[in-house]
Amino acid sequence: MQTMSIQRKKIHPHKYSLWIAMGSITMMFIGFTSAYVVKRSQANWLAFELPHIFWLSTAVILLSSLTIHLALKQFKERNMQRYKQLITLTAILGVVFAACQWIGFTQMKSEGLPLSGPVSASFIYVIVGVHILHVLGGVVALLVMFFRAYRTRVRTYSAVPIEVAATYWHFVDILWIYLLVFLSIAR
Amino acid sequence: MSNEATLHSQQEVMHGAGAHDHHDHGHHHESFISKYVFSMDHKMIAKQFLITGIIWAIIGAFFSVLFRLQLGYPDATFPWLESILGHWAKGGRISPEAYYALVTMHGTILVFFVLTAGLSGTFSNLLIPLQVGARDMASPFMNCLSYWFFFLASLVMMASLFVQTGPASGGWTMYPPLSALGDASIGSKIGVDLWLTSMALFVVSQLLGGLNYISTILNMRAKGMSMTKMPLTIWSFFFTAVLGVLSFPVLLSGFILLLMDRHAGTSFYLSDIFIAGKALANEGGSAILYQHLFWFLGHPEVYIIILPAMGMVSEVLAVSSRKPIFGYLAMVGSLFAICILAFLVWAHHMFVTGLNPFLGAFFVLLTLLIAVPSAIKVFNWLTTIWKGNINFTPASLFSIGFVSTFISGGLTGIWLGNSSIDIHLHDTYFVIAHFHIVMGVSAFFGMFAGIYHWFPKMYGRFMNNTLGYIHFWVTLVGAYCIFWPMHYEGMAGMPRRYFDYSTWTSFNQFSGLNQFISFVVILVFAVQLLFVFNFFYSIFKGRKMTTQNPFKATTLEWTTPIHGIHGNWPGEIPEVHRWAYDYSKDGRDFIPQTEPLGPNESGH
Repeated sequence: MQTMSIQRKKIHPHKYSLWIAMGSITMMFIGFTSAYVVKRSQANWLAFELPHIFWLSTAVILLSSLTIHLALKQFKERNMQRYKQLITLTAILGVVFAACQWIGFTQMKSEGLPLSGPVSASFIYVIVGVHILHVLGGVVALLVMFFRAYRTRVRTYSAVPIEVAATYWHFVDILWIYLLVFLSIAR
Repeated sequence: MSNEATLHSQQEVMHGAGAHDHHDHGHHHESFISKYVFSMDHKMIAKQFLITGIIWAIIGAFFSVLFRLQLGYPDATFPWLESILGHWAKGGRISPEAYYALVTMHGTILVFFVLTAGLSGTFSNLLIPLQVGARDMASPFMNCLSYWFFFLASLVMMASLFVQTGPASGGWTMYPPLSALGDASIGSKIGVDLWLTSMALFVVSQLLGGLNYISTILNMRAKGMSMTKMPLTIWSFFFTAVLGVLSFPVLLSGFILLLMDRHAGTSFYLSDIFIAGKALANEGGSAILYQHLFWFLGHPEVYIIILPAMGMVSEVLAVSSRKPIFGYLAMVGSLFAICILAFLVWAHHMFVTGLNPFLGAFFVLLTLLIAVPSAIKVFNWLTTIWKGNINFTPASLFSIGFVSTFISGGLTGIWLGNSSIDIHLHDTYFVIAHFHIVMGVSAFFGMFAGIYHWFPKMYGRFMNNTLGYIHFWVTLVGAYCIFWPMHYEGMAGMPRRYFDYSTWTSFNQFSGLNQFISFVVILVFAVQLLFVFNFFYSIFKGRKMTTQNPFKATTLEWTTPIHGIHGNWPGEIPEVHRWAYDYSKDGRDFIPQTEPLGPNESGH
């Protein structure tokens, strides 16, 4: 009797699934932004300026994209110390980003635009809030990888997990840029 | 037992022969938990989806029996109803609140839990790896998660049936404001929160499953299995998964906004509402917005339900008529066309909501365009069985029944797709008749065809054919007896969703007809229980399968051992050399996909 042969795979299945998942997440935000467009064309739409701190958070998330890119590079060169530092930094920047968005929410609230206020403000809370959840999901993934890197018993040399995490991280970054541009233009 | 023994002897051989070759396939002893509960084998997950779906189908169908009792016999009392429904059926008569809860849950359960998870969950899981020649799904763990998210969604939905204020009862579409305001009705309270939670879990389950189906089909096909050599089942599962992955997230976004309206005081869907004489603060919301978000999923959803049935019917018809499928590429092309058009027709559910008539005209055009690929498919099914040497097995009868109901239900779709006729027919029994025949009955027929045909692959035994024939004929005749008269009621203007028509002079003439429909519903329900009995009895006592390929089919799943192993093929995955439909070719009954082309033979 022969042995079982290895499964034929063209691209790593996790990477493939990630790309489809990103398409799926994009569709959810298309749902939100289309709802926003439909609502905006109706009566009683209150336009206001986005909190300025959103620009700072944009800089933070752009920087974190750079750090995770460098982390991937260091991992491939097996500089594990630098790799660990860089993914830690990326995760911290992710949390800072979420905190900045939260500060933005409190600013909106203090300007008389609470969640239960005008629908244009409610949309900002929901869209930005769901995006924050996706960023925090990425932070959790980075934490898992951080602890994996400290394991001594089992060592992994596969770059797939960090590649998947980096792709996802760039995705939530680009998604935020899209949302920022969209919410600034379509006010 | 013998299964276990085979698996073990193989594992030993594999261990001896070279451990480096199969390091990521399960060759350790499987416990009860890892084999039957948190299984990562796609074949076991398929069975889990199927049996959960069957349980839900019994509940959902039983609900329809209960509300048909009310519709058929509005003056009668059934004391046993009070013993099962308690204060929801005081004195043996269903209360209006219970009626709306039953109707809502009947729709939710059958559309989502049975015909989405139970149908595509079962057969995508079972057939994709087996027919494309893969050891398992792209990510068996995600596949396992997909089932358990579905299970959680099922638990939450089940729990909502037992809360004091009852389950959600604003209709399966969950339109605001009825669903957005807890004070709107008794069925708008915690029942709706549980409904939304359950559906959010369900969406996660569908996405995890869909990601896996797509990446397995695109990425893990056996050597030689080019896209155009795939059986039509796989094409249909592929397009189903694409529809699900792209449309369910939009539904989720609609649900998130609805939850915000319920609990955070936002006004996405609410505006200028009075409850009990008191004006609410909500301003500037639009209930139509929810309908757009809902139907952007809702319409692809009906194709998510029907495409897997179409794929399985194509396969079963070719196998049982011993002829190649007619127009393979046209079949793939029409699936693709349906998949694209599915995203462009959602507003035909909203013709009478005040939609701009100019915009409506485009949706009419796009809706009527769906008739073209649908007609291509019907033509090809008929030409496939034309002059075929048909084996009338229960599976092939259900496939032929599918073609029949798909035609009769599809034609009324052309009526309803016209916005001007829709002004008269919307929200009448005509609509009920249309979508039950084309989506409900047809999808069930496809599912039954699949179950009868692939049951031996799942359990190594056959289902009983005599019970299968009884099941088919009673269901086919019964389905037409139930839904055909509803067309007349609808054309007369009888609206849907009403609790009692007997006090309404215009529709008094239909009381006999309603009684007849309800009587047939009970009969058909009893025959479905016969099918369930056949299913479970055959798992343990059915006639045993003695050959690997009992239906003499060409596809890869019949090259695997009778008792499936995790990894599907002992030894090499077979190489594919030809398309899946070489029946009655060159004087041979069938040529398996694994057989190389002969020297004088041309591929398809």
